[in-house]
Amino acid sequence: MATIIKDKKLAADPWLRLDAGADGAAPVIPAQGDVIVPLAVWQAEREALLARIGGRIGIRVNGDEEPSSFADDLRHFGVVAVYFKTFTDGRGFSLGRLLRERYGYRGELRAIGDIFRDQLHFLAGCGFDAFELREGESALEALAGFRVFSETYQASTERPVPLFRRRHSASADGVERPKNA
Amino acid sequence: MYQYDEIDQRMVNERVAEFRDQTRRFLAGKLSEDDFRQLRLRNGLYIQRYAPMLRVAIPYGLLSTLQLRALANIARTWDRGYGHFSTRQNIQYNWPRLEDVPDILAELASVQMHAIQTSGNSFRNITTDHFAGVARDEIVDSFVWCEILRQWSTFHPEFTYLPRKFKIAVNGATADRAAIFLHDIGLQAVRDSTGYIGFRVIVGGGMGRTPIVGQVIREFLPWPHLLTYLEAILRVYNRYGRRDNIYKARIKILVKARTPEVFREDVEAEWAHLKDGPATLTAKEVARVESRFTRPQHERLPGDDLLHLARLDAEPAFAAWAKRNVHSHKVPGYAAVTLSLKKTGVPPGDATADQMDAVADLAERYSFGELRVSHEQNLILADVRQSDLHAVWIAAKSLGMATPNIGMITNIIACPGGDFCSLAFAKSIPVAQAIQERFDSLDYVYDIGELDLNISGCVNSCGHHHVGHIGVLGVDKDGEEWYQISIGGNQGLTRPGAPAAVGKVIGPSFSRAQIPDVIEKLIEVYLERREDQEERFIDVVRRTGLEPFKERVYGDHHQGQKARGRSLAAA
Repeated sequence: MATIIKDKKLAADPWLRLDAGADGAAPVIPAQGDVIVPLAVWQAEREALLARIGGRIGIRVNGDEEPSSFADDLRHFGVVAVYFKTFTDGRGFSLGRLLRERYGYRGELRAIGDIFRDQLHFLAGCGFDAFELREGESALEALAGFRVFSETYQASTERPVPLFRRRHSASADGVERPKNA
Repeated sequence: MYQYDEIDQRMVNERVAEFRDQTRRFLAGKLSEDDFRQLRLRNGLYIQRYAPMLRVAIPYGLLSTLQLRALANIARTWDRGYGHFSTRQNIQYNWPRLEDVPDILAELASVQMHAIQTSGNSFRNITTDHFAGVARDEIVDSFVWCEILRQWSTFHPEFTYLPRKFKIAVNGATADRAAIFLHDIGLQAVRDSTGYIGFRVIVGGGMGRTPIVGQVIREFLPWPHLLTYLEAILRVYNRYGRRDNIYKARIKILVKARTPEVFREDVEAEWAHLKDGPATLTAKEVARVESRFTRPQHERLPGDDLLHLARLDAEPAFAAWAKRNVHSHKVPGYAAVTLSLKKTGVPPGDATADQMDAVADLAERYSFGELRVSHEQNLILADVRQSDLHAVWIAAKSLGMATPNIGMITNIIACPGGDFCSLAFAKSIPVAQAIQERFDSLDYVYDIGELDLNISGCVNSCGHHHVGHIGVLGVDKDGEEWYQISIGGNQGLTRPGAPAAVGKVIGPSFSRAQIPDVIEKLIEVYLERREDQEERFIDVVRRTGLEPFKERVYGDHHQGQKARGRSLAAA
């Protein structure tokens, strides 16, 4: 099993990612095991996949996918894997927040593709809790990416209450201090 | 001056540590050139023609003297003794070494400054009126709203990788001194009939290759909704803005493609989900940010200073400077002063480390230890007692910063151009210099009156040529530098009359040597056509159209072209 980052720790990945073949042919789905299939495969094979009892189902979507096109099925998925063709394609960040905040998705939200440590903090802010790094990246070293920033100003999926509302509750002069200080 | 609290400081420090680590990884070969490029751009670091260029943010153009001295120190220690104040109220260093940049950022952090998001496809420095807080036509103090937006736009997790750069301007006064119709988002503070504060929201303006005047998508946004509404705009843009072509990736293209009406509906639909959510601003937060600004403690003065008025009568040179470079102030007995960085022969916006230190001395002595950078690339002492103006003038003269040309043709806005920038097609600084030399008679300059002349070395339009009453754009023709002239551009309603507008090109381009002659011809037409001194160049262009100007500049050749056009149309 491959190593991924899950909940800010290293984890073995139980999921088998099935991508379309080079010729665009639908992948063969094994009877047993947890599998992640492209959204199109899910849409084409929905009934068969729902009837499958040998493992859980996850889907893979691109960052520019409309969440409304699969939102009704979210309860069936153990993973939604958002694919970043390049890390600078910011659409997946908005998709993450929409899935978490508007569609109430609670399962694993995984960033895949051109992902490395310098994006982890921001992706976590958008609701991603799992990361499959690109080839050649050390997942262990990448964990440092979660420790770069100790705060964010904005409301985010990770911290639904923006800093300015927490500053006040934290102290009278508007400066937040740790509880044990 | 906004004073960081412990959290603001911590975030800036953490950013320095992050960039130090990224630089280390890059130099150790662990980050590729391409990956590092994206990361360094988020810290204002470009690789330029001769060396890296570091752009440091001066949030909404406001600086303390402590910060200005630190900028001088950086220029001396890590650069070649000077910096360039840009049209975005930032400062740029043209000669730092990559290895030194983490140390420079640490030095900046020690005075509550940074280079965060000064380049790359993210939120850029929020800009505003350089007379915020002192203008007589103030509606709100825009600095407070700018700082709220600075915090909201810093490291926003969702909007870390936008389709393209994103510029927000806030105007808190009646006159638009922030060019809000030429930004991705422009915010105009307004008060309703009860005095309640809101914002007129303008979206999709901008310069660059496709200059467009922005569209009002909301007339009155009550202030508590400011962040949720902007979040809705940004989400629509982040998801649907084009990413396949960088020249079509700005929000203005999306607004145009969808039409402003449809774009507005998209934003409203998104906002319906975000409205009244946790990001809704509170009065407490606005008061907190406001209270973290140190404010000049003005003396109670009876009104205009009599000795000052007497000096204006007695010393014509002082009076000339005061007329152009001194501006009215909302507090009786005070004035704002522009220190000109537009001396002939010096690149517009450049200041040496010694000049920065000297200006810091002046600001400490005469203006409560604060100053501003204007988007016209000058420095402003915003709170000077009228009784001190004469002393400030004497000091400014000795610094070469008393050129009495603010608002005049020789107060040229120009980008660094081909002398420094790898993007530029053509040089801009020698052009500015040639124009300033041609118009070296102050009497003539004053007779011409208010005129914005802006020069960009390429279509990226960092010199804002589109909104110059006269705009000069460097273009490349078969590897040679040529210049296109446009007229009729305007940065906004700085006073009643001409609204924000994009200039129109008058015709084929010119060689560099021809430019002063061409400008002079345009001015001649204006002087002949104006009805009185009050009618500015831009007003005449609006009234008469381009034709009289074209005729004078292109002469018979232009007549021939028109005739050909007619015969072609008839054929």
